[in-house]
Amino acid sequence: MEITGAQALIKSLEHEGVEVVFGLPGGAILPVYDPILDSPIRHILVRHEQGAGHMAEGYALATGRPGVAMVTSGPGATNIVTPIANAHMDSTPLVVVTGQVARAAIGTDAFQECDITGITMGITKHNFLVTSASEIPRAIAAAFHLATTGRPGPVLVDLPKDVAQSTMEWWYPAGVEELDLPGYRPLAGVDEAALERAAALLATSERPVLYVGGGVLKARAHEQLRAFAERTRIPVVTTLMARGAFPDSHELALGMPGMHGTYAAVTAIQRADLLIAVGTRFDDRVTGRVSAFAPGAKVIHVDIDAAEINKIRHAEVALRADAAGALGALEEMGAAPANLDVWWKEIRTWQESYPLTYDPPAEAGPLRPQQVIESIHAASPEGTVVAAGVGQHQMWASQFWRFEEPGTWINSGGAGTMGFGVPAAIGAKVGRPERTVWCIDGDGCFQMTAQELTTARAEGIPIKVAILNNAYLGMVRQWQEMFYEERYSEVYLNADLPDYVKWAEAMGCVGLRARTPDEMRAAIEEANAITDVPVVVDFRTDTSEKVFPMVAAGASNDDIMVHPSQRGRA
Amino acid sequence: MSPEPFLGDVEHSPVRHHILSVLVENKAGVLARVAGLFARRGFNIYSLAVAPAESHERFSRITIVVDAETAPLEQVFGQLHKLVNVVEISDIAPDDAVEREVLLATIPTDVDNRTSLLDVIGAANASIVDVDAHHVTVMLAATPAGCDALERALEAHPGVELHRTGRVAVPRLGVPTHEPMRSR
Ligand SMILES: Cc1ncc(C[n+]2csc(CCOP(=O)(O)OP(=O)(O)O)c2C)c(N)n1
Ligand SMILES: [Mg+2]
Repeated sequence: MEITGAQALIKSLEHEGVEVVFGLPGGAILPVYDPILDSPIRHILVRHEQGAGHMAEGYALATGRPGVAMVTSGPGATNIVTPIANAHMDSTPLVVVTGQVARAAIGTDAFQECDITGITMGITKHNFLVTSASEIPRAIAAAFHLATTGRPGPVLVDLPKDVAQSTMEWWYPAGVEELDLPGYRPLAGVDEAALERAAALLATSERPVLYVGGGVLKARAHEQLRAFAERTRIPVVTTLMARGAFPDSHELALGMPGMHGTYAAVTAIQRADLLIAVGTRFDDRVTGRVSAFAPGAKVIHVDIDAAEINKIRHAEVALRADAAGALGALEEMGAAPANLDVWWKEIRTWQESYPLTYDPPAEAGPLRPQQVIESIHAASPEGTVVAAGVGQHQMWASQFWRFEEPGTWINSGGAGTMGFGVPAAIGAKVGRPERTVWCIDGDGCFQMTAQELTTARAEGIPIKVAILNNAYLGMVRQWQEMFYEERYSEVYLNADLPDYVKWAEAMGCVGLRARTPDEMRAAIEEANAITDVPVVVDFRTDTSEKVFPMVAAGASNDDIMVHPSQRGRA
Repeated sequence: MSPEPFLGDVEHSPVRHHILSVLVENKAGVLARVAGLFARRGFNIYSLAVAPAESHERFSRITIVVDAETAPLEQVFGQLHKLVNVVEISDIAPDDAVEREVLLATIPTDVDNRTSLLDVIGAANASIVDVDAHHVTVMLAATPAGCDALERALEAHPGVELHRTGRVAVPRLGVPTHEPMRSR
């Protein structure tokens, strides 16, 4: 069957089981937007291409399936660079299709030409410039294969306009062998000898910690993790990328490690004699000063990406494997430490002395941001999905929400991209329409991508947004307060400008405002009761509130600063 | 890439270098991917040579000499392997390598320097590959150290124009070397 390249592209996406594409058309991608009209694939028209990228990420994080975005050449393509970089840092499977100028025009500085494969070389898992229509199926099949196997990540396919317009005889690769990827062999299987050594290290450990990263979610290894943890009784810390990989309500859960981690999680790692690091990469936001990180611990490092092993921290045992495979194999061997009662007794004292806390709110307001998050959590259905922006509100969300299952925390970790929250929440809601989706956003972040609420309203995607409006770029303000002698430089935003309620209403959403605890409870109830349109709630929160615990950048995790009310405790 | 000219052999080089022989798919942009990776990760390249490999159509071989200080080998391997177009990497320790490099130099000649120049060329075992009334072009295929020595000797001649290819290497026969690591 003879079809156009554009038709072949859409047909290829259908072949890959794509149900939704987030995008915005333009000259170079125009041919591809025609066959979309005849396809069962849902297209969601965004208001800015960055929104398309983050929506695709939110979709992927909520469903585990690759997110797909499509944009035009030049500025369309550069507008989606930030989400691509974000997905690269967080190993999120993404396929991004960009239009490109016609082949003959490439290299001539043609209208809306830009070397997007060059620009994204360092922030994609791989990218392709397709040079003939007959190659489209292979490129798309390869893109999905690369994005979703091994360590997942974003893959970009750049499609020149004349290739989309030319014709080809339809075919589709029958399997991986036809993808022409001689250099790509994602790891599979667990090395028996390394397993034996891991079991031996475990057997002699008295203070082990399971240091769990986003790889556990990517590998869907949460059940293996739980089985292994419950049998061995090893305490579990879940990084920012792994919230939801292990239930926060579980007695073995210590919460999040790192810069704003719980005292118990941070300290357990510091005192550990063995870290079982699974699908995690010793990020500086977790380790603090690397030379002082977990100084007495040996390391068993499980990672699908061999380049992560020994990159930051030497691993006594390297298991280059998928988290599910490695944890499953350790479980099968019955590898276990001895009795951990003494260790747990110590950990319990840390948990009791230094729980997450905040000052009690005043009845007249302003609201405590932590209280807003706890109240939304309490009033929302089980399994509610939470997306966040980047800043203080993100840290409070990760601390004070209770994550019980995978796919419920949609967050920008490695890149820390302000503006991620709203579009990512929209993508998550598209992927899991039956769930309530809340975006916990900052006033600064909201202003970066709020226009996508117009998309949400137009497309019937009823998310809820909680703006923790502290009138500041709060996280930066916190650093200036603590480390720059309260010299506040360019961080004030003004709580009343813009008027978030009117802005929400202008975008066809319901806009609410809450200044006191009573108004807060009423607004949350009202927001949860609205299920047909997006809702935005402007929560007026305390400007001076800071995130604790905190380890200053580059400091040792031993120098963790607890909440002021807890200082001086033993 | 290092802004310094490559100074070749072990005695003259203060750096610990390692030779990587990287088999890549012969596709547009692959060299940029490899070079970009080194730049991004802060690995210094001392020399680099590229040519089509055994099966010309599909693969090329890139011989990269890296500074092992800036580039922990395990990291270089791991990161290189993640490039989808990299098919195979082998690492050859300098002591276990047979290395060769080609040097081409054009030197202005006159009655005064002709004899001394011929002596230098003869001593280095270089060959004359081109001449005109006022110039001679010599070629040397030798070890990097041999090329270094000739380069130093030719520097005495004003107006010399000199080019080197960067080395290629294969494992010395009879020395057990690392298995080539297949890509993953
Ligand atoms: C795109 C981008 N620009 C700048 C930053 C640096 N930054 C990190 S947090 C933050 C403040 C965020 O302000 P807001 O959204 O109001 O959240 P808050 O910290 O007040 O909760 C800034 C500017 C960033 N992470 N991302
Ligand atoms: Mg703020």
